[in-house]
Amino acid sequence: MKERIKFLKDRIEIYITLPSFGWLFVFFLIPTLVVFGIAFKPVNAYGGVKPGWTFDTILSLADFNYFTLMVRTLWLSFLTTVGSLALALPVGYYLARSKPRLRSLLLLMIIVPFWSSFLIRIFAWKSFLHPEGTFKQVLVFFHLVNAETPLLYNSGAVLLVMIYTYLPFGILPIYAAASKFNFHLIEAAMDLGATRLYAFCKIFIPGIRKGLITAMVMVFVPAVGAYVIPDLVGGTQNEMIGNKIAQRTLIDRNLPQASALSALLALVVIVPMGMIAIMQSRSKKLKLEAHSKE
Amino acid sequence: MKHSRLPFMITMLVMVFLYLPIIILIVNSFNESRFGGVFTGFSWKWYQQLFEERAMWSALKKSLIIGVSATFASTILGTMAALALYRFKSKLQKVHYGLIYSPLIIPDILMGIALLLFFVLLNIQLGLFTIFIAHTTFCLSYVTMVVLARLQNFDHNVIEAAQDLGANAWEVFRRVLIPLLAPGIVAGALLAFTLSIDDFVITFFVAGKGATTLPIYVYSMIKFGSTPIINALSFILLVITFIVIWATQTLLKEKH
Repeated sequence: MKERIKFLKDRIEIYITLPSFGWLFVFFLIPTLVVFGIAFKPVNAYGGVKPGWTFDTILSLADFNYFTLMVRTLWLSFLTTVGSLALALPVGYYLARSKPRLRSLLLLMIIVPFWSSFLIRIFAWKSFLHPEGTFKQVLVFFHLVNAETPLLYNSGAVLLVMIYTYLPFGILPIYAAASKFNFHLIEAAMDLGATRLYAFCKIFIPGIRKGLITAMVMVFVPAVGAYVIPDLVGGTQNEMIGNKIAQRTLIDRNLPQASALSALLALVVIVPMGMIAIMQSRSKKLKLEAHSKE
Repeated sequence: MKHSRLPFMITMLVMVFLYLPIIILIVNSFNESRFGGVFTGFSWKWYQQLFEERAMWSALKKSLIIGVSATFASTILGTMAALALYRFKSKLQKVHYGLIYSPLIIPDILMGIALLLFFVLLNIQLGLFTIFIAHTTFCLSYVTMVVLARLQNFDHNVIEAAQDLGANAWEVFRRVLIPLLAPGIVAGALLAFTLSIDDFVITFFVAGKGATTLPIYVYSMIKFGSTPIINALSFILLVITFIVIWATQTLLKEKH
């Protein structure tokens, strides 16, 4: 390959790197490290931190209430991921097989709500599920639910709105992978006697494995850190770790507790992200190897 | 071969799922009745009430000040970052890319609390300034990614041609690179602006008391006694979002 034309001199590198590098170093990297540090600081009476170090806050996480909070958070995030992928898989499959014009229209329709205000979408659901709202009245009219059954402020509402919010994060990577999938493989499998479902599960799903894993992480990570959704459509019984962090920070003003919980959340998030990073670097390496063999 | 109808049916159901609450919200914004259940008649009254709401105007003003300044700062920083990442392939750029990429994937709440703790430790007064810092930080990564994508689709022969015709490095940069990159930069800036205007979680953590931006105002309306004027406000915001998306799509499309 011909060497890339140099449109910026080498010595310029530092000048155009430093502003963004410095900004993120100061306002992203250091604050993130501070979170882990504050978790080991004693709290003072004014909602700040005292000098000195302590393990008390970290040890206080070993509490039954935090344990159930963590289990609930992981369970709701897991269900959100499963629900989103169950819808995203057929949608991604359909998008990849549809004609270009229809496909770009549908893609745009999926992206639009994803770009519109997050709070407004939650509010739309809140008024939709409201006791005087349309949906509730339709359900009551057809005797599907009792007039007293609440549709809001329970874990079902949290799950529904989380799936609604994070579904596009699931659809887009699956569609991206499916659009590169060779659909003749499915036809070949069916010619050889496989049922449609068998071909879908054994050929299509392994074929878009990378997109599927990306979709899982893209849905799971924001779901674990969700705070506004359980806050607005969940009840006190459906709090997630994000609610606890906000409560410890903004109401109780116990910053070390909030930090310790945030550090815990960070660890839960880093594991799936690390998985993706390893996968990407591996596929990059494979591509490079394939390239050098040519 | 005959295709299964199931993926088609699920896709249509998903579209209904995505749009039904939004459509009902829009209809209710014109509903005379206070409760969404029945449509008692067409009315502009929620829009009128919204325009008379002083707190909303003050929140909008704060959001616009932050949105414009954070967009300006993040567009400059992000464009330089994209040029650096594209042009140089050093160890430094690997770390640089990691720094740019990480804010995109961590949950908002972590970024919010991290910045809050940082400001508290340094005794920085919370307010519009801290919101500006926070917004510039997360917008920077998005702008970089959009501009970088534009650079990667770029025809290198144009630069070569300019150099063959005797342009020096500065002229190539000023007269070839920047004009070709402009749609990417504008698309990045529009994305930054919508993200800034819409951000609630991070803003809520670093806002302190009094710095009520539009999303914080909307949040408190939803949380503490909502009136149908949010429906009206939501519809206006949706229309603005559609215009911005349409503008961005048009800008990005003309690259071919």
